[in-house]
Amino acid sequence: MYRRERSIPLRGSAAALSNNLSVLQLPASDLMHFGVVHGPSAQILSSAPGGMPLAQRQLQVKVGVGVSPPLITQVHWCVLPFRVLLVLTSHRRIQMYESDGSLMVYWHALDSGDASSAQTLFARGIAASVHFICVGTWSGRILVFDIPAKGTNIVLNEELAGHQTPITDIATERAQGQDGVADMVTADDSGVLCVWRSGTVFTLLTRIPGFGVPCPSVQLWQGMVAAGYGNGQVRLYDATTGALHVQISAHARTICALDLAPEVGKLLSAAEDTFVHIWKLSRNPESGSIEVEHCHGECVSDTQLCGARFCDPSGCSFAVTGYDLAEILRFSSV
Amino acid sequence: MSVRTLPLLFLNLGGEMLYVLDQRLRAQNIPGDKARKDEWTEVDRKRVLNDIISTMFNRKFMEELFKPQELYSKKALRTVYDRLAHASIMRLNQASMDKLYDLMTMAFKYQVLLCPRPKDVLLVTFNHLDSIKGFIQDSPTILHQVDETFRQLTEIYGNLSAGEFQMIRQTLLIFFQDLHIRVSTFLKDKVQNSNGRFVLPVSGPVPWGTEVPGVIRIFNDKGEEVKKTGFKHGGNYVAAQKEGAFELYGDRVLKLGTNMYSANRPVETHMSATSKNLASKTQENIAPNPLAKEELNFLARLMGGMEIKKTSGPEPGFRLNLFTTDEEEEHAALSRPEELSYEVINIQATQDQQRNEELARIMGEFEITEQPEITEQSTSKGDDLLAMMDRL
Repeated sequence: MYRRERSIPLRGSAAALSNNLSVLQLPASDLMHFGVVHGPSAQILSSAPGGMPLAQRQLQVKVGVGVSPPLITQVHWCVLPFRVLLVLTSHRRIQMYESDGSLMVYWHALDSGDASSAQTLFARGIAASVHFICVGTWSGRILVFDIPAKGTNIVLNEELAGHQTPITDIATERAQGQDGVADMVTADDSGVLCVWRSGTVFTLLTRIPGFGVPCPSVQLWQGMVAAGYGNGQVRLYDATTGALHVQISAHARTICALDLAPEVGKLLSAAEDTFVHIWKLSRNPESGSIEVEHCHGECVSDTQLCGARFCDPSGCSFAVTGYDLAEILRFSSV
Repeated sequence: MSVRTLPLLFLNLGGEMLYVLDQRLRAQNIPGDKARKDEWTEVDRKRVLNDIISTMFNRKFMEELFKPQELYSKKALRTVYDRLAHASIMRLNQASMDKLYDLMTMAFKYQVLLCPRPKDVLLVTFNHLDSIKGFIQDSPTILHQVDETFRQLTEIYGNLSAGEFQMIRQTLLIFFQDLHIRVSTFLKDKVQNSNGRFVLPVSGPVPWGTEVPGVIRIFNDKGEEVKKTGFKHGGNYVAAQKEGAFELYGDRVLKLGTNMYSANRPVETHMSATSKNLASKTQENIAPNPLAKEELNFLARLMGGMEIKKTSGPEPGFRLNLFTTDEEEEHAALSRPEELSYEVINIQATQDQQRNEELARIMGEFEITEQPEITEQSTSKGDDLLAMMDRL
């Protein structure tokens, strides 16, 4: 069971986007960091264990004089082997900062390529994979940036093709038993999922077809892909074969965020139907098939949720954001 | 984010505007033979609606509207509706225009939020168009214009993917972010809470294409379902009965976007906004120029396509009051919170001289009425009423 904890106030309300909450908790520190997109600005704040807000900062993308700042699509911390970077994706740009948002270390302007006038250029979907940061784009291409251990010499290493519609989300996990290798799953607006193996060159391992509905959020855990869809379904696939193992009618509206507590295999799903659900994932040791159990459901009255994250790797606490809500709601288990 | 949002935003807000104006004109309606010179009649009402609707659906204007473009600020869009509202013999004071815009925006915000599927915003638009056609049944030319717009909507939005509709929905919600004006009809019907937030029900039919939550299905290697279990999801949902029609005629099923006003329910708005979010609002408007360059371009283009009939000659403008009395309207104007001011655009303040001139030229035909002066020769309906009350 979970109970409501003290909320953390925000300067601006959360925008109606998917995956609109990022949480960073570094093992050495007691502080928790939160990132929420308001619209043309994103708010980064740190809080003490009790939820008391300590410091906050607002970030914007400045493209020129007299031009209004573009809308931000996502803000997310990338934990790499030697550093943590804060990545911000928006219309027309990707910007990367030191983890407290104090200093921008790199920015990348999106290439219009063969875009028609009926398309807006934007980046969306951020994940760290070993020493790379992968960012999705409106065209379906995924940009892979090589990040040095320190400094600003960040280089665009590769562009992955595998999707034809805008990327929604990216998730990564260290490959089991192998150092320096990670698996990555990318999702798009048509519901297509691609599973990759990272390395100096990324290889496409599996492609899971969509079924006419966007997949706003995706997670990866121990060879299982967890995907949340626009029709409220959560599906669990085997990452190697791409086979569908479990299909849950989890929500009555589109899912806006999924998160994983890797130590225990707990999955968090939040949707526009005002509900948050927590599930326990496992593998049957004999058959190898994926199993799931419902643990907990929470209704956040009259709030169209837009972001949700576990606040610790064992899933003892979680936080959510909602459209038009100027606070981060927190829950912890009793 | 989506460059296909403006037509939907404009048509739905326009529809809501017509609902409110129709209700207010009916409420002040006097039978034609009994009406004095200074009172609204049924003929006047029909004429006002005809004039506004034919301006809204003008072919040149629709052409500009349907071009792929970004959404501009509420302020910029308000200017377009100011002009539209004055496309007839009707005149509105700023307080009434503010109230009208509040009602329009909160109504459409509610409809977007409660749409079961992102695609259903198209059904909401069709509901508005169906009602608009009801207002102009006697005018075949305007009916044809509306049908033509219907055809255009179907052409552009008929084949958009669910992902594209979700992006349109998100773009609309960003436009309506932080608007929490309380509307008396919504409060009475319990669809809005006293804090200005809308009620999101967790019961009723699920969207078409979504299953009732509560089922877990397990599959084997061959893709066959081998087990089915349930879980307690917390809501009280039932399956959807049928899908709404996207054709020119048909049962839309969805009630959102139909006319919720009737002559007997005066609609008030409450002006106390929650102060917490307003800091962020003012932060966005840091530039001294109230409108960004691209917004001025947009306005010039859009309003250049509007053909406004000049009300020249002996015909005066008739004033419509959205409040119950003139005192109320005046009080509303004085007591409107600073943060909720739409800051009607001061064209002279813009720095770009050339664009300023072009926009000023377009706006030249149209004035927002100040409080009318009391003169003996005044022939406007509102003026006479005001004069009469002063003499009491």
